[in-house]
Amino acid sequence: MKQFFLDGAPVPFEDGDTLMAAATRAGHQVPHLCWHPQLAPSGACRLCTVQVDGRMTAACTTRASEGLEVHNHTPELTALRRQLTQMLFVEGNHYCPGCEKSGNCELQSTAYALGMADMRHDLLMPQRPVDASHPDLWLDHNRCILCKLCLRASRELDGKDVFAIGGYGAHTQLLVNAPDGRLGASALQADDHAAHICPVGALLPKRRGFGIPIGQRNCDTTPPPPLPQDADHGPT
Amino acid sequence: MEPSQQDTVAQVLHRHAGQAHRLVQILREVQEHTHWLPAPVLEQVAQGVGLGVATVRGVASFYRFFHLQPVGRYHLLWSDNTTDRMLGSRSLAEQLCKALGVQAGAPAAPGALASVGYTSCTGLGDQGPALLLNQQQVLTRMDGTRVQELAQRILAQEPPSAWPEEWMQVEDHVRRADVLLGSPALEGSALRAVRGRGAQATLDELAASNLRGRGGAGFPTARKWQACRDAPLAPGHTRVVVCNADEGEPGTFKDRVLLSRQADTVFEGMTVAARVLGARTGFLYLRGEYRYLLPSLRAVLARRRTHGLLGPRILGIEGFDFDIDIHVGAGAYVCGEESALIESLEGKRGTPRIRPPFPVEQGYLGQPTCVNNVETFCAAAHIALQGSAWWKGRGTAQSTGTKLHSVSGDCARPGVYEYPLGVSVAQVLHDCGAHEPQAVQVGGPSGTCLAAPEFKRRLGFEDIPTAGAFMVFGVQRDMFEVAHHFAQFFAHESCGFCTPCRVGTQLVLRRMDKLALGHGSPWDLHELHALEQLMHGTTHCGLGATATHALRDTLQRFGPAFAARSPQAHLVPGFDLDAELAPARRATGRNDAQAHLDTLE
Repeated sequence: MKQFFLDGAPVPFEDGDTLMAAATRAGHQVPHLCWHPQLAPSGACRLCTVQVDGRMTAACTTRASEGLEVHNHTPELTALRRQLTQMLFVEGNHYCPGCEKSGNCELQSTAYALGMADMRHDLLMPQRPVDASHPDLWLDHNRCILCKLCLRASRELDGKDVFAIGGYGAHTQLLVNAPDGRLGASALQADDHAAHICPVGALLPKRRGFGIPIGQRNCDTTPPPPLPQDADHGPT
Repeated sequence: MEPSQQDTVAQVLHRHAGQAHRLVQILREVQEHTHWLPAPVLEQVAQGVGLGVATVRGVASFYRFFHLQPVGRYHLLWSDNTTDRMLGSRSLAEQLCKALGVQAGAPAAPGALASVGYTSCTGLGDQGPALLLNQQQVLTRMDGTRVQELAQRILAQEPPSAWPEEWMQVEDHVRRADVLLGSPALEGSALRAVRGRGAQATLDELAASNLRGRGGAGFPTARKWQACRDAPLAPGHTRVVVCNADEGEPGTFKDRVLLSRQADTVFEGMTVAARVLGARTGFLYLRGEYRYLLPSLRAVLARRRTHGLLGPRILGIEGFDFDIDIHVGAGAYVCGEESALIESLEGKRGTPRIRPPFPVEQGYLGQPTCVNNVETFCAAAHIALQGSAWWKGRGTAQSTGTKLHSVSGDCARPGVYEYPLGVSVAQVLHDCGAHEPQAVQVGGPSGTCLAAPEFKRRLGFEDIPTAGAFMVFGVQRDMFEVAHHFAQFFAHESCGFCTPCRVGTQLVLRRMDKLALGHGSPWDLHELHALEQLMHGTTHCGLGATATHALRDTLQRFGPAFAARSPQAHLVPGFDLDAELAPARRATGRNDAQAHLDTLE
């Protein structure tokens, strides 16, 4: 079987595999927020940036090829990924202590794994609305990281077309396909894949707060393995 | 919705057979009648093309020239390139706003007479400050007198057709012509040469010429054509030839001149490509800012059809069927990236695609698609006619032939200069009459900034590759301001798809804003470096990767301009507490000295 090398370890792959798909299947961890094994890759979050032949590339959109030497866990990549994570925190309004997703949040656990201890930049503090119009779900744009997992799950797994992306640059936002643009009038249902795929606390079920206490949640009990740390520069 | 508006939308939908991949054209044509795109229009369009209303809104809200809020019946956008600002555009804009009683960038009431705003460079840097009217017409060489007269005519609700013609006059300003600008436009001679030589031999000739793409990346043109020609074709598919006339790089306007003077040569080059590739479909992707060229370009296409140079059986050759449609963009810099351009052609948001598959394999509607720059097609047409040896007689070994440069900024003779590749920066500066230049931005904000000690360097792939912008900055200019302005441009033009570009361009701008206020420290410069390095390596597309080039170059070459903005020994917050108290001052109706923090020492 064909293989490439991830930090020196051989990873078998099939034709058409991305680095991410093959590495994940082989039990390796490549940090990511917008990738999901059941969905077409997007390449938006860039957390899975790896180094191939000295060039940086996203593992989720790069096709595997025979003998490729891929660097995944290096101090340099950890620093870049931490910066990207800080960017996502800075861009939205992410307040972990008050968020129901805390302990189950991919953004939060990624930040911990990368040793993120501060935001590094001034918060952008955007003013974004909360959409509570749906009987079973609520959508908090303040926490949306534009990973488009819900959008793709709705189209690819649910056979619906509930979400779209609107705007550009700093104004990029998740749109809801409904006459009034709100979730309540959309085709989204509580048991859709799209309703459960959000990696952060942007799309959450209603009336199910704190069923599992913080401290006993997924990322609390099985924290991601620590990554090689670099010297965290900070203003002194 | 008024019946007339409903009818307009229905007519436009009918004209495009309700095809979803025509969405950008549908929205543009509807808006030419309705001025903006209210929700009922979007709903009717969504229904007409069979897409969700959110998808249609998502497309409409991506492009800067589609308005989801009302704009005035006279909607005026000032070209906001740094060279326009150097010519005083910002103060003229203020004068116009004052005369019209509006605020720049402020939303207009439905049915309002006029609105004024800013837009990225409109490609008239040699005759600015320039204005774009209703995204259909341009006004050049604005000055205080013109602004006052313009305001009077708008207030009198005079139609633009009654305005002085010289306001809309666009000069070509060809200052130096070589083979591309100096030859008569090709009206079939290159195609006849291809007929005689054959498709494969033409491609061989192109390969021998070593022509490289003129859009900036410099990919060998023949290799691109070969890859597209070799790509497998699915049943019912054709190969597609696309001319990238989305000349969005600030400071570039040479394609505007080619499309004005050499449109035949551009279309001839596309048709040569079609013959070589076996393509039946062609598009000219014309940037929205050049909408004013649409009637003349359509007339050229019609004439070529009449002369048997387009359409079925070109030059009487059985099976040589090819035609060109013009797709007008709607204001999005990123659409200059070829896969984003194809997305836009397909009626979608112009975000760059994941590659592979490359456009030459799967491009427009999944078909093998060859995208080349306007100037590349012109050069290819001439090479098809005259051969590779003739082309290689100009330029250098790695950079064959000639290249057009759009020269603007602090010089006596702004305009288009065609030189053999390999010309020195100093030569161009001399010829354009630059006044005490301290810097040149070559290739636009995504290109290279050069300082005086580097003016002996040469424009070409061996040294400084360029897409054709050449902005001159005299000693009186503050290069920090230039870099600050470019940061504003990229923050405005980021497509928003990937984290490092979407957030990074904003963070760069915030830091630059902070420096501009004199709140900078060495730490802020360190952070700018870090952002530059991050964005250079991790973005989804090449535009994000080059968005901090100007910053990197100016930091390196004009350190004192940045240091002057970073007087603080230690980091100070970017947060301005006094500014944050403005709502409290408004609420209490106070604006006296005691209501400001800095007076409370």
